[in-house]
Parts: sequence; C-alpha cells; structure tokens
Amino acid sequence: MGILDVKDVGKRFGGLQALGDVNLSVAENSVHAIIGPNGAGKSTLLNCLVGKLIPDTGSVMFDGQSVLGRSPHEINQMGISRVFQTPEIFGELSVLENMMIPIFAKRDGAFRMHATANMMKERDIVENAEKVLVDMNMADKRGMNAASMSRGDKRRLEIGMCLAQEPRLLLLDEPTAGMARADTNNTIDLLKQIKDERDITIAIIEHDMHVVFSLAERITVLAQGTPLVEDTPDNIKGHPKVREAYLGEAA
Amino acid sequence: MFGLDKKDTSLLLIVAALVALAPIILNPFPEGSALAQFNAGYPDLMQRFVIFGIFAIGFNILFGLTGYLSFGHAAFLGAGSYAGMWMMKLLTINVIPAIIFSTIIAGVISLAIGWISLRRSGIYFSILTLAFAQMAFALAASVLTPITGGETGLQTNLNDPRVLPSFLGGGASADGNIPKPSLFGIEMSASFELPVGSWVWTFNWGYYICAVMMLLAFYLAIRVFRSPFGLMLKAVKSNQQRMNYTGLNTRPYMLACFVISGMYAGLAGGLMAAMDPQVGAERMQWTASGEVVLMTILGGVGTLIGPVLGAGLIKYFENIFSKINDNLLHQWFSFLPDGLENFMVTIIHPFIGKGWHLTLGLMFMGIVIFLPGGLVEGGQRIKAMFKGKKAEKATKTTPAE
Repeated sequence: MGILDVKDVGKRFGGLQALGDVNLSVAENSVHAIIGPNGAGKSTLLNCLVGKLIPDTGSVMFDGQSVLGRSPHEINQMGISRVFQTPEIFGELSVLENMMIPIFAKRDGAFRMHATANMMKERDIVENAEKVLVDMNMADKRGMNAASMSRGDKRRLEIGMCLAQEPRLLLLDEPTAGMARADTNNTIDLLKQIKDERDITIAIIEHDMHVVFSLAERITVLAQGTPLVEDTPDNIKGHPKVREAYLGEAA
Repeated sequence: MFGLDKKDTSLLLIVAALVALAPIILNPFPEGSALAQFNAGYPDLMQRFVIFGIFAIGFNILFGLTGYLSFGHAAFLGAGSYAGMWMMKLLTINVIPAIIFSTIIAGVISLAIGWISLRRSGIYFSILTLAFAQMAFALAASVLTPITGGETGLQTNLNDPRVLPSFLGGGASADGNIPKPSLFGIEMSASFELPVGSWVWTFNWGYYICAVMMLLAFYLAIRVFRSPFGLMLKAVKSNQQRMNYTGLNTRPYMLACFVISGMYAGLAGGLMAAMDPQVGAERMQWTASGEVVLMTILGGVGTLIGPVLGAGLIKYFENIFSKINDNLLHQWFSFLPDGLENFMVTIIHPFIGKGWHLTLGLMFMGIVIFLPGGLVEGGQRIKAMFKGKKAEKATKTTPAE
C-alpha cells in the first residue's frame, strides 16, 4: 500500500470513456511519473485526485482516507498540494505575499478571521515564508510583483508555495510545459533537490521524456484511459508496448 | 501607532487633520464674493461627504479587496436608515442606539443576501445583488409600508413613543416640537459659527460625530487591508483557482467580507437618518448603488483613501455644480459682447444645474480612460513627475560638479 492508492477508477464524459479501470499506487517518498500520449487521460486522472472531478467508479485513497467527494481545499488540507500546467500564482501581489498566503491558508483555511491582526507582525509566518524563499533561491525577489517574473521563476514560486505548506504529496501537472531548455533543466534540478532534502512524495504528469527519465523512480504509462505498464524507468525505455502507444503500430 | 506601520499612521493622521479642519479648508472663498458658491464648508454637505465616505470605504472593502462588484449596497444603506429611524421613534431621539441598530440590521440583511449571492461570482454575483436591492426597494415602497412608510417615507413624529426616560432622550421635547436627533442633549443640527475676517466657519456637531465615525471606519478599513484576512481576500481576487487548491475555504471569508461591507453601508445609513430624520424608499434605488460604485472607481479601487476622495468629489459636484444656473452664467460672461455671451451660456448650459450628471459622466469617462487607478493614481503620477524632475536635475547637475 502506498501513500496514494487509486483503485478501479473510471470516468466517462458522455460517449467518451476518459478513464477506465485505472489502478495505481504511489509509494511513500518516491517520485512517480505518469506519462502517456495526448488524450490518454492524464489530466482527467489528476483532476480526480485533487477533487475537481469525481470519478464514476472506483476509489482514491490518500494515506488511508478517501478523497472522493471532498472539495479541493479539503483535499489540500489533507496534505496534497498541486502545481498547475501554467503557473497559477497571485500575479498582483508581491513574491513574499504569494509565499505567505499558502501558509496562512494552511493555518486558517477552515475560517479563522484575524481581520485586524497585522500580517507582517505574524513573525512565524513571515519567517517561514522567507525561509522557503531562500530555499527556492529567490530571496532577492521578495518585494517583486509576482506577475513581472519570468516563466521559470513563476514556476519556481509556485512550487515553493506548495512546499511552504509542507505537503506529503506534491502533484505536478506538466511542470515544464512551454519552458525554454535552461528553465526546464533548472526545474529538474529544483525537483531533484526537493526529493533529496524532504520527506515528500512526488507524482508528476509529464510529456517531456527528458524530465521523466531524470526524475522518476517509477513510471506508469497511460494510454486511452487505462494503465499500459508500470515499471522502473530503465524497463520502460525499451518496452515494446510503450513504443507502440507513443509511435503507433508501425514502429 | 495604533498597530499600524508608519506610512498608514501618517495617512490616518493626515485624514484626521483634514476632516477636523474641513469647515475651514472647504471654505476658501470669502463670504459674499463671486466664488463663495463654490464653498463646500456648510454642515449639510460636509455631513454628506463623510457619510458617503463611510459608505464608499465599506464598499471598497468588498470591491477593492475581492473584486466582487455588488450592485445592491443601497439596500443596506436604506435598511440602516430605516432601522435608525425606528430606534429614534420607539426608543430615544439619542443617535447612539440608532447608529448601533442600523449597523446590526444591515449586517443581518447582508448576511442573508450574501449567503445567496456569493454562490455565484462575476457578473452573476452583480446581477443577484442588484436583484435583491431592487426587491428591497420595491418592498419598501409598497408591501412594507407599515414599516417603511411606503412612498411618503418615514419621519419622526410628535406622538412617537420614545420609551426611554427623558434624560436619555426619550419622550417628547420640552417645547412641544418634534425633538431633533441629539447626543445626550446636543442637537445634531447645532452649530457654532466663527466669523474670521470675511470668512464664516461653521463647526457643526452632527458633522463632527459623523467625522469621528468615519475616522473609526477608516482606521478599521486600514487594519482589514493589512490583516491576514485582507491578504486572503486579495488572493481570492488575484487567483481564485489557486486559492481553491491552497486549502482555503473561500466562501466564509467572502461572506464575512460582504457582511462587513454591508455593515459599513448600514452605519452610513444610520448616520444619514440621524442627521436628517426622514427616509424614503428611493435611498434603496439602484442609482444609489451605482453611485457608490462610481465613487470607488473615481477615487481608486482597492486604495485606502480613494473611496473617500471619490465620495467627496461626487457629492461636491452634485451639490455645487447643480446649483449653478443660467442667470449666474450670464453674470460670469457679462464682460463678453451680447451674442457671444448668449452663445457661451448655451454651450455650458447642459453641463450645469440639472445637467451636472453630464459633467460627472464626462469626468468619469476621462478618469477611467486616462487614470484607471482613479484620483489616487493621478496623485501618484503628479508625485512621480516631481520626483522625476528632481532626479533629472540631479543627473544633469552631477557632470558639472
């Protein structure tokens, strides 16, 4: 049993069977990649994990508790943080404020008002946010407007915002999509560092094989809504079924 | 000071000073001079400045922080006014219970309206709030006549019960007239006039009571803006998607914000009733809701001082521009040859008197197009211009040294 167990999950949109009988187990403190061609159901699966979609069949257990029927903020409070395909940050606010929000949210999420407290006087929160900024190597940008940063820095900030909540599971949805090579490599290094330094499980959905093979310890290949194979990166590389799924029968 | 940082403290102190000296500052032209009618330092208008300031500050807590545009805030203003009137009819002519009760009632009503309206965001939220406000207006004007006085409105009467003992403002007045709203015997309409040279400064009790309430409201708004709660609301405005996946249940936060904002409107409504004890249903009409939106945008959405400036500007135009008439224009242009005089008067005529809305509309368009951040952005640009010139000078002088 892993920290995240997906059992017999199916999801249908009208006539389209987006997911059919997905079984998946992510081991604690591992990096698990989910790959597959376009339309394989990767994003649908991820949306089922974070509460955006509710699967028609099957169960999703996180640390022994079902996530089904819970809203996204409740699932986040259970210890799952997600990174979006395009960085979702608070553009109008400063980098430091961006970093403080998830920490406040973790503390006050269920509603504690603090409407007249001074946010900068909450020393532990500010210090915590600044520490994560240092970890993310962006302490010099703390006063910057988040929207004015480069794509790579926005991604870095978003990952930092997730880590600031000390999640047990970090879900990444194509974290390097649309990035220049240098930014992609930076992100890979950052994720490697996170994996080495923290007790955290990472599940990553990715298109870019370079990213997948540099990071993943286990890989699940998804095709047409069902898992094709699950194995170590070395075994996946040469697997005939994977080649077939990606390149078609002719290959 | 007061748990604020330096910048906010100085802002608060400046606003306090301006508000305290308003009877002097707003009367720059000597009595009897041609420009005296541009003076705004009379009690009635000054009261309106600060009361609508409170209304706009509260509206800005919702609109400025969360970006949710309510088109129904007049309902809370009106509800506050009615509630305040009933306190002055039933309990005591003292304004304190009226102000407190109006704030509470507006809070309760905004809780109910917010509970439903906040299920939607964006334009749907705006339409829902508008619908509720129009319902409230229609109810107040018809079905609820026993409570609201219907179309004739609600006034204080000679035979109102006012059950509290007379030293607390209950009963009828000693001289047999309808008692005027007061604070422990000091009537809201009581003023102290100070002639200095050719100026007359009027210090009015009602104004100063409203001013104190506005400063309190303003102070509280600064605290909210700088609090973790305020930060969460700004985060909701900035990226609701991210917020949902960041473990925050946004609904109770939004609702709390809506209720706070509604209570500000209720307070403003209560003060209005306390200054002028008569309320009509038109106070709840959608144009009144629209006005506070204009005030906030004119002044600067999401800024602390902007809404107060916007409220002041609109109320100034409403009261001063609308009083200019054709006779006055003829006086002003009398130095021109007759034909030209008439021509100028004809051209300016649509912008004054009843046409002041046209001037306001043009001004609004100008500000939205050229200064999207409102008057506050205008101020910042002027400040930056001066700083820029200084910096330029500095760089120009350096090589010479």
